[in-house]
This record gives sequence, structure tokens and C-alpha cells, in this order.
Amino acid sequence: MAAKSLREIRRAAAAGIGSRRCFSGDAAAAAAAAAGVAEGKVGGGAGKEVNLFTAINQALHIALDTDPRSYVFGEDVGFGGVFRCTTGLADRFGRNRVFNTPLCEQGIAGFAVGLAAMGNRAIAEIQFADYIFPAFDQIVNEAAKFRYRSGNEFNCGGLTIRSPYGAVGHGGHYHSQSPEAFFCHVPGLKVIIPRSPREAKGLLLASIRDPNPVVFFEPKWLYRLAVEEVPEEDYMLPLSEAEVIRKGSDITLIGWGAQLAVLEEACEDAAKDGISCELIDLRTLIPWDKETVEASVSKTGKLLVSHEAPITGGFGAEIAASITERCFQRLEAPVARVCGLDTPFPLVYETFYMPTKNKVLDAIKATVNY
Amino acid sequence: MAPWRAAAMASSQLARRAARRLLSSQHRRHCAAPACPWLLGSAPPVLAPSPVAAAAAGDRRGFCSVRRFTGESNAAAAVEEAENGLVAGGDQAIDFPGGKVSFVAEMNFLPESQRDRINCYRVLDDDGRTISGSRFQEVSKELALKMYNEMATLQVMDTIFFEAQRQGRISFYLTSHGEEAINIASAAALTIDDIVLPQYREPGVLLWRGFTLQEFANQCFGNKLDYGKGRQMPIHYGSNRLNYFTVSSPIATQLPHAVGAAYSLKMDKKDACAITYFGDGGTSEGDFHAALNFAAVMEAPVIFFCRNNGWAISTPTSEQFRSDGAVIRGQAYGMRSIRVDGNDALAVYSAVHTAREMAIKEGRPILVEALTYRVGHHSTSDDSTKYRPVDEIEHWRTARDPISRYRKWVQGNGWWCDEDESELRNNVRQELLKAIQVAERMPKPPLAELFTDVYDEVPSNLREQERLLRDTIKKHPADYPADVHI
Repeated sequence: MAAKSLREIRRAAAAGIGSRRCFSGDAAAAAAAAAGVAEGKVGGGAGKEVNLFTAINQALHIALDTDPRSYVFGEDVGFGGVFRCTTGLADRFGRNRVFNTPLCEQGIAGFAVGLAAMGNRAIAEIQFADYIFPAFDQIVNEAAKFRYRSGNEFNCGGLTIRSPYGAVGHGGHYHSQSPEAFFCHVPGLKVIIPRSPREAKGLLLASIRDPNPVVFFEPKWLYRLAVEEVPEEDYMLPLSEAEVIRKGSDITLIGWGAQLAVLEEACEDAAKDGISCELIDLRTLIPWDKETVEASVSKTGKLLVSHEAPITGGFGAEIAASITERCFQRLEAPVARVCGLDTPFPLVYETFYMPTKNKVLDAIKATVNY
Repeated sequence: MAPWRAAAMASSQLARRAARRLLSSQHRRHCAAPACPWLLGSAPPVLAPSPVAAAAAGDRRGFCSVRRFTGESNAAAAVEEAENGLVAGGDQAIDFPGGKVSFVAEMNFLPESQRDRINCYRVLDDDGRTISGSRFQEVSKELALKMYNEMATLQVMDTIFFEAQRQGRISFYLTSHGEEAINIASAAALTIDDIVLPQYREPGVLLWRGFTLQEFANQCFGNKLDYGKGRQMPIHYGSNRLNYFTVSSPIATQLPHAVGAAYSLKMDKKDACAITYFGDGGTSEGDFHAALNFAAVMEAPVIFFCRNNGWAISTPTSEQFRSDGAVIRGQAYGMRSIRVDGNDALAVYSAVHTAREMAIKEGRPILVEALTYRVGHHSTSDDSTKYRPVDEIEHWRTARDPISRYRKWVQGNGWWCDEDESELRNNVRQELLKAIQVAERMPKPPLAELFTDVYDEVPSNLREQERLLRDTIKKHPADYPADVHI
């Protein structure tokens, strides 16, 4: 299953599905990098162009290198993982710190909780986000509540669960899911989703070192397709901080993960029609950065949220309700949500299912012209 | 399980097997082409239980020396095969990635269970006398008396707290009646460095480690001195100082945690193991399967201690599994296991003592199944006479009581007498009643603790929610209890 998927992904990449591009606007990227340097968030050194899986791999190497109590484990991570994120780790750090587990997600999560509860950094891999549900009880009832229920006598803050996430062009029901909303309703967890290689490396290192259990979703569509300069050194990006990656005045757009690329295209097309869009990457879904979003909507007066996950019960609903509550007098139009449909993720209908650029663009125009 | 029930089951099983043999014999004699091919040939092989070795004092070869099935060939194996008439690569065996397996011409299905159940290790008979020929870990007078004191203390504590719940003073309670030997004797065989991951019917382990009666009472009342800050139901104890992980209600989730904790101890080269406790019902959860398999593959120094007390609330073991209890499953995962009389303090002590040594020295998991009976109701929310006969309960409460049996042995050594007994129980009772009074009058934790420890720091959304709640309390104070400091 996994091996086949990997081959299919390679074939898809070879066939040119998607396009090779920098996943931040050049100007925005430069501005962000400059801001990052100024704020000490990103290393000062120039980076090398790498893709998402390589950035993840770099983060894992740094994590294991800088903390002797860190471990990486899961299904097939020993040989480098089915998406190559764990390449070279076992050879460099040893099979006692980088190892395969039996094929059992609840076992992986439960083992990780116990390991983290003993003061280690447990970096667990769930091979596809679609298979995280067997571990749901361990994550929700155990990991998330471990510190609270013990009165802080114990905690499993060293736990990070990372998992491939989101659509990939041909994943069907069980290699395409975006389950973030299930976890956003769980106090005690942090949920992080990066949009690009540089973001992924900084956010993953921050997640691994955060003293709370973190679920880290990696947009697998971007593993090989997203390429940008990534500093080679160790750096962290802050959790629970959204990033305004494009300034605008007419409408605020919010997304996360690979959907940012779709939103960015929509922004460019909207600009041709004279609409100025402010684009925000939420980055951390829980606890989320309400202040940044509120400030933006207070300026623009309009909000559009977009995510691949189904619309009903999706995290966009939490954002829409919160912003409506906080910015009601400022809102000039209803909050728009452009999301996946309320169906299981379909194979041959993927392009109809996805919240595509033109779906977003149409919603932008409808909102601005409300 | 009641002894007469076991006897009945045994006799019915024997009858079925006898019938099977008759059928097999008849077919073999009268039918040239038997209608039942699976009855052809010899009787299916009976799996002999692997004997539990005495503590192996072997040196550690490589990272750790664990006997396991491997597909690797080596010279010694080749020689052995040649001597046994098997030739590697020949048609008498298959060199399979999961190991070398010999071929056999006869069709054999493993039977669903063995002719005899796995036997049960016992040291003290029902009259508290050591069984001749039994080998067990010697216990000093001092240790023996401490064990007895704590068993009795646990019993008194349970009785009084149960009564307190009936009086409405605490919301919930769960007793360990009938399982005092399991609690105290297993704890006595451990050191304070061993990490304990309990289910919920093991407060005696915490008692043994030094948790005071006052600390137990504080948790049951959820007052401001409760380490858990009043957030969990009564009996969900925990203590970082005593290496006793905080109890949580979801069943069996702690089993894979124990494997992770044990792996950490191994990486740190600690002279310690993890031990996790669970009931017979817990063996049906998927986490049980996950944990045992991970422990074996990871070679983790963890003891899986199953309290098979015959019941999971109203569900008897016959509706829980059809295997020979939990002990038989150890081999399926590649794990050493033993069955112990859970009502025999010396047997439990000896088994856990030896299991601990093996787990740590050899870097391997061990499964212990302690057979016992849940004398009390499942909890204060349960009336167990609705689903099991009173005389069965009484039989185990009297004739098979672990405290009585152990007391006979201690008295038989001349270490205890009736006066000591009265004094002990009176002292514990008084101390406990005082602890309850203190705990009951203590205020609940302050309101701010409702919001702390969800994360390491209170995030902005929770700070806002606390502010809103305080505004509401200020406007409607009558809606809220007075014993929580705002």
C-alpha cells in the first residue's frame, strides 16, 4: 500500500502534475525573510534550495543531534520512510533512537506517550493522516489530558506526532484526508500545519521542543513539489502565530498547508480585477492566533477562509464564528468559506471536490461585491 | 472463577475430548475414506507450557540477549539439523523470513485450548502453610510484617471509604477487596525506582510506596491538597515522587505507555523496570495487543501484571475470552509468562521479584497473570448481587481470603497475634477517620486551577474564558459552590 503510493507519487511528479514553483510570493518571501532575520526567527545564513521532505529531514537530523533524549519511530521510518523524511537518521543516530515499530497506530501513539512521560522527545510518525484515527483515543483521552489530569505531576509534553496530510492528486479515500478539525476540538493539543519547506523546518523544530503534545501535519502534495531556500542551520518559528504573507486592503483570506498556494493564485487573479487581498497563513490551528486575524479583518472588513477538509465542522467554522463575534460591526459581508465538499474524498472527482482557485476567486468577488 | 464452576468446565471439556477420540477411532476403523479429513492422522500436538526458568544470571550478549525466533542460519543450527536428519535447503524444511519451519505430512490443526489449563504457582495453601516442595523468595520477619500491615490497612481503608461514599461524603469509590495480596506483595517485590502504571484497583501499591492515608483522602475529596487539583474522580491517584503514574479511566491505555516508559529506562541503563496493571477485561482492548507486541519487539523491560479476578463489572471471563486466560497469550507474542495464585502473598511476591530480575537483566517483557476473585462490587455504582450468586462471593470472601491466609502464615511463624491485630486495625481506623475529617473540611482548589495545566502555560483563549467566568460569578454568586476560593 505505502510502497505503491510512493511509486504513484513519483509517477505523478514525473508527469508534471502540479507545477514546480516557489510557494511564497517572491516579494512576500523576501519581506518575510527580512522580518525573520530582524526578529531573529530565521538564521542569518543564506539557504540552499530544498523541497519539503528534505526540510523535514533536516529538522529531524537537527532534533536528534541537539537532544540525546530524542527518538524517531513509526512504520517504515528505519529505511528512510515512505516519503523519505527519515533518510539517513538510523545510520547516523542508531537503531535504538530511529526505529520501526509494529504496524499499529494506537501502539505508536501509546508508546510515544509513555516515552515522552519519562522526559524524552518522542517524535512519532503516523504514515498517513488518514490512519491516525486508530490512535485517536491515545491522543485525545491520554496525550491531551496527561498534564491536566495529574495536576502537572506528570506530562507528555515531549510528544510530537507528525503525519503526511492533505490531497495528493490520486489518494482517494485513505491517502488524502485533512483531519485537523477533529483534533482542534481537543484542549491540551497543539495542531500545526506548514505551507512550505522553510516554514516546515522552523515549525517542526519548534513543535518538537514545545513542552506540549503536538500534532504536526505535513502537506504531502508539497513533499517534492515545493522548493525554496531553506537555511541549513537550526532555527525555530513561533507556534500560535499566524503570518500575514501578503498585505491587502479589500478582503482577508485565511488558509493553511498546501491551500495557501491556491489562495495565492486567487490573490494574483483578484489583483488583476482591482481587488487587494490580504493573505494570512494560520500555521497553528490550535491554539490559534485570533489577534492577527482580528486585526486584519478590522482593516479589510471581509473574511474568506479556505481549507481542503469538508466544510461542515471544519476549522473554518471556528474562525468564522470567532471573527463574526469579535468583528461584527466591522464586517461588510458574511464570512465566506470555500472548502472541500461534505463527501468522503473521491478519486476520479478530486478536481471537482477541491476548493480550487476559481472557486476561491468567485467567492472573493461575491464577497467584495456583496 | 468458582472452583465448582472450574470443575464443571473441566469435566465437560474432558467429555467433549473423549467423544472426539471415540469418533476419531471409529472413523479410523470403519471408514476407508473418512468424511472428516481434519481428524486424520495422529492427535494434534499439545503445546507444553514453557517452564518459567529461575532467574537467569546470564551475561548480556550484545545490546541484550533475548531468545527469539529468527530466520538466521548459523553453524550450530546446521549441525543440529544434520544430526536430526534435516538438511538446510532440502525439502524437509522451509527457510521462511519468519524463521525456519519443518514440514509435516499429516494435517494438524492446533486445538483451541490445551488439555490442561496452564498451572498456577502457589506457595501457601488455604491454611497458610507453605506447600512442601514449593520454592519461593524468602521474606524477612520485618518485610513479612510490613506486608501484612499494609494488606490490613488497605482493607480497612477500603471499608471506610466505601462507607463514606454511601454516606454521600465522596462521590465515588472502588475497593480492592480480595486483591490485597496482589497489591501489596507485588509492590513489595519492586523498588521505588520501578515505574508503576496502574489501572485503578491497585492503590495498595501506592500505599506500600508511602502515600499517606491523608493523601488518599485528599484525592477522594478533591480538596486543595490533592496533587491532582480536584480534576479527576476519586481513586484516580498519582504521585511523581513515588513513581506511580496518575490513574486514568480509559481501560488499557496505560499498557503501551508502560512499554514507552520501559524503553526509556533501558536507554538510560537504569536498574529498574516498568510494571503495568490491568484486569482480565483490559486484555480485550486493542491497546493490550499493541502493548504486548511492542514490548516483545522493542525488548522492553516491562512487567505486564494481569489481575484476573473473574469479572469485568457484570461480564464473566467466559464472555470475555475463550482462551486459557491471559497467561497463554504471552507465548503468542514471544513473551515469557507465568500464572500465579493471586490470593497467595508469597507466590505473588516471588513471581514479581523474579519477573523483575529477568526484565531488567535481560531487557525483556514478562507477563504475570494473577488468579483471584473480585470480592467487592465493581464500584460504588454497582450492585454485583444482580449478576452473581451471593454464596460465590461469600466463598471467596471467607475461605479464599488473601489476608486470612497470609495472616495464618505470619502467625504460624510466631510474628503476629490477636492483640497485634486489634491494635493495628483500631489505629488505622482512627487515623483514617481523622484523615477524612481533615480532608472534608479542607477547601477545594482555587478557581484558577480550573484553567492551569491544560498546556504548560495558559493560552489567551483560556485567559479570556477565565475572565468571562469571573464576571459571571461576580454577578451570580449564588449559582456557585462556596468551598471553591474565587
